[in-house]
Amino acid sequence: MIWEGAAEIARRIAAGEARAIEVTEAFLGRIAELDGKLGAYLAVAGDAARAQAEAIDRMRAADAPLPPLAGVPIALKDVLVTRGLATTAASKILAGWIPPYDATVVEKLRAAGAIVLGKVNCDEFAMGSSTENSAYKQTRNPWDLARVPGGSSGGSSAAVAAGLCAASLGTDTGGSIRQPAALCGVVGVKPTYGRVSRYGVVAFASSLDQVGPLARNVRDAALVLEAIAGLDPRDATSLDAPVPRYVDALAGEVAGLRVGLPGEYYDRESLDPDVRAALERTQAALRERGAELIDIALPHTHLALPAYYLVAPAEASSNLARYDGVRYGARADAGSLIEMYERSRGAGFGPEVKRRIMLGTYALRSGYYDQYYKKAQQVRALIKRDFDKAFHHVDVILTPTTPTAAFPFGAKSSPIDMYLADIFTLSCNLAGLPGASVPCGLTRDGLPIGAQLIGKPLDEPVLLRAAAAIEAAVGLGDQRPRGLAS
Amino acid sequence: MSAADWEPVIGLEVHVQLATRSKAFSPSATRFGDPPNSLTDPVVLGLPGTLPVFNRHALELALQLGVATGSKIRARSRFARKHYFYPDQPKGYQISQYDEPLCEDGHLDVIVGGAVKRVKLQRIHLEEDAGKSMHVGAVSHVDLNRAGVPLVEVVSAPELGSADEAAEFMRSLHRLVRWLAISEADMENGQLRCDANVSIRRPGEDRLGTRTELKNINSFRFVHDAVEHEIARQIRLVEDGGHVVQETRLWDADVGASAAMRSKEQAEDYRYFPDPDLPPLVVDGALMGGILRGLPELPTVRFERYLREGLSADDARTLVGERALADYFDAAVKVHPGDRSGRTIVNWLLTELLGALNADGKSIAEAPLAAAHLSELVRLVEDGTISGKIGKEVFAEAYKTGGAPRAIVEANGMQQISDEGQLGAVVDRVIAANPKQVEAYRGGKDGLFGFFVGQVMKETQGRANPVITSDLLHKRLGR
Amino acid sequence: MTKEEVEAIAHLARLHLEPDELERMAGELGTILEHFGALAAADTEGVAPMTHAVPMDLRLRPDVVQPSLPADEATRAAPAKDGELFVVPAVIS
Repeated sequence: MIWEGAAEIARRIAAGEARAIEVTEAFLGRIAELDGKLGAYLAVAGDAARAQAEAIDRMRAADAPLPPLAGVPIALKDVLVTRGLATTAASKILAGWIPPYDATVVEKLRAAGAIVLGKVNCDEFAMGSSTENSAYKQTRNPWDLARVPGGSSGGSSAAVAAGLCAASLGTDTGGSIRQPAALCGVVGVKPTYGRVSRYGVVAFASSLDQVGPLARNVRDAALVLEAIAGLDPRDATSLDAPVPRYVDALAGEVAGLRVGLPGEYYDRESLDPDVRAALERTQAALRERGAELIDIALPHTHLALPAYYLVAPAEASSNLARYDGVRYGARADAGSLIEMYERSRGAGFGPEVKRRIMLGTYALRSGYYDQYYKKAQQVRALIKRDFDKAFHHVDVILTPTTPTAAFPFGAKSSPIDMYLADIFTLSCNLAGLPGASVPCGLTRDGLPIGAQLIGKPLDEPVLLRAAAAIEAAVGLGDQRPRGLAS
Repeated sequence: MSAADWEPVIGLEVHVQLATRSKAFSPSATRFGDPPNSLTDPVVLGLPGTLPVFNRHALELALQLGVATGSKIRARSRFARKHYFYPDQPKGYQISQYDEPLCEDGHLDVIVGGAVKRVKLQRIHLEEDAGKSMHVGAVSHVDLNRAGVPLVEVVSAPELGSADEAAEFMRSLHRLVRWLAISEADMENGQLRCDANVSIRRPGEDRLGTRTELKNINSFRFVHDAVEHEIARQIRLVEDGGHVVQETRLWDADVGASAAMRSKEQAEDYRYFPDPDLPPLVVDGALMGGILRGLPELPTVRFERYLREGLSADDARTLVGERALADYFDAAVKVHPGDRSGRTIVNWLLTELLGALNADGKSIAEAPLAAAHLSELVRLVEDGTISGKIGKEVFAEAYKTGGAPRAIVEANGMQQISDEGQLGAVVDRVIAANPKQVEAYRGGKDGLFGFFVGQVMKETQGRANPVITSDLLHKRLGR
Repeated sequence: MTKEEVEAIAHLARLHLEPDELERMAGELGTILEHFGALAAADTEGVAPMTHAVPMDLRLRPDVVQPSLPADEATRAAPAKDGELFVVPAVIS
């Protein structure tokens, strides 16, 4: 049952074939047994999870109608604020902080009956592509423990892949759901900007951040997305649009679907041959099912990386100004106020976070704003225009999620090398579009490869339908990570 | 050289707390004087993950001020983040407006002496207030109750020419925002706060001199004192061969002087950028229509109307000092078409009614005497139904009981006696009863005339019409 | 980027950097900015900056008060406090 995914678990509990407490205990047991090796969890909320599961079982016993995710054990990336449960953003500066409120997505998941197993690791403040920037621990890739799980939502992807939760939530600012999903062989969805509330999501870059599901299959991802999507009066950027029944969209055909293939993503020397081959198989499979493959151009793609690495750090430098050691979080001993700020922040933030705060502060300085931040936002508009034009001709865009499969720890020694790991995923955030990564095969070394789909704004149903077709045709099927013995 | 050789140039930046129930970007309350840190919520505390959602009423109030000052209202304005680290600034930035403010190019009409002077406003923008830091020895205490209270910042053009004008600007803004119920604007509670930019130049020069910014000015008197002190300081400095340094100075009202803040603290770079959490603020036609329809006659407009209607500048200024008072006056005049100028009514209102209210510690809104009743009382005096003296008694009774003056007069038989036959009989009785005095008066003792009037009043309990009484006495006494 | 420039930015960001961090940061930031040179070459004449990923107007909330956090809860996580006031090293005025 561990491997059967969220939808099946929910079905079995609703049908009385399994009790929520049994399911929860099974996952808690696996966490206790295996997470020492995997390193996904920062905090396990065993007692609270058991209490939630028992409440679901009581509802079932009383024949009360069960919500859609009743009894489904879920892990939350540690940038999602949880009332009464430590939330650190994998940073020392938030060590020991127990929030007095729940993120909207957490409230929604609980209302949908999901069981919160705990908080999972990530890069500090979601800044990174390997989860190596966590201040607390290393999370390993369950397909090969010597390799990274991707990032920043590496705990979320590793936990799903290793069967230490039925599904998880991550956040995606420049690829932080899709990239780790690809590297761990799971499905990850970054919704349209504004589709899911950001209230209670520790902010990295506010105009780019979105919450989304990581799951064992497309159906599970659709189910979780449906539970967390929708207008939130507490988030002025959340969209006032009805939430479709995403699961229903999966039944559709891909025949006639126009799939765009941007040359800028495929014609790259850095693209690993195994990844290229997997994408070609994916394209062929879609063509066989009646989809139409169309070459498209996204000519400003090469500007996505510089634009992103100015916009995101600029916003981050602002969003992280609140960590000052006054109202919560760590404070360093200091004689003066200025020293208190500088020492607390100097000791509390890790190297990558500092680098981005510095970069962002630099870009926003008086006299430099036009040259950097404003220019990057203009380039962003050009990138968005590319997509708008392309979507006149195609319904969805197919690209590799990452240039390579999972890389070994320490492989990306310079910041720029690490930034390049997100080269295919950044544009989607800059343009506010929905994106997904779905497994589409393994490398010769047996590492998962992800196919990325990018859709029109709010067109998640089409995105999910295409993802389901890919999953059916070239997905991993019953292949499971073999890095963990059991 | 002296002060006359210099022309001061003053610009004011005034922060006005908007009278909303909840905060600018979150739902905790906006009260004054509650226990520390008891009016916060996750947004106000700047907890990780929190997001701002703007208060519609704060926008409405700011728009009222924008329209009342003839400002251009931006159809799309924008919130920006202004970054600085300070313990009472929870997010490390203040949500404010920068290059796309809500209102620009307006004006504030200032009453200077008996006339209205128009002062240009550069802009009015929305922002959130900070909390409070209190210094206690080696540490500071921080209370965030005030953090997130909505503010407008009103920025005048640098065209105020004296400390008096600066103080009048503040009084006029205070009057306007209270008039519109935009703010309580209590300076003692910090609901209205002022920074002043001061420079001096030679008369006739176009270029502005180097300015200093005065902060921490929290009463009308301090506005005047701080600005005057700063003008004098700059003149002295320049005349002694020095030059004015651009700096921020804190006004210390206890000492009556300002001191420069340390330069390091001023070297700020606020790193403004559009707040990505807050899409553009759109003011549509429906919203503007509602604001325009709801806008009352403004205090300076009413001031000028009162002048045209014949009131003195002092009375007119007193009336427009409080909207409820001016409205009371207008209501009283409206039901008393006989007194178009309202001069009699204003006397009764400002002396009798305000006097009584002040003695009771009550506001005009709590007046037990309705405007229509004050008007009725004035009419009873004017048409001779009662004498002015009786009028004051009737006023006292009406104030005490809330009764209608005419009913009080009738119930107590207080009508003035103007009937010549009735009064003639009384006069005759008085003359018959005082033969010695009559003889003395007729013999040339003019001073005795008052005695006879007094006797008639005594006989009539003060109700005798004094003019007719006097006329009858003259006739019957033969002089 | 010079060390002095890095120091000035670090001060603006209230970020203490150890001498070796400072050194490394100067090099790294320089390299990153160099890498972003392509941005300057992009033709953005007349292009409106995209401040929001999805075009929308600000949604407003009604002026309705909801209960505040109790003061003890609001200050619970504070590293230093006196009663229910946050405490910081003296703000120099």
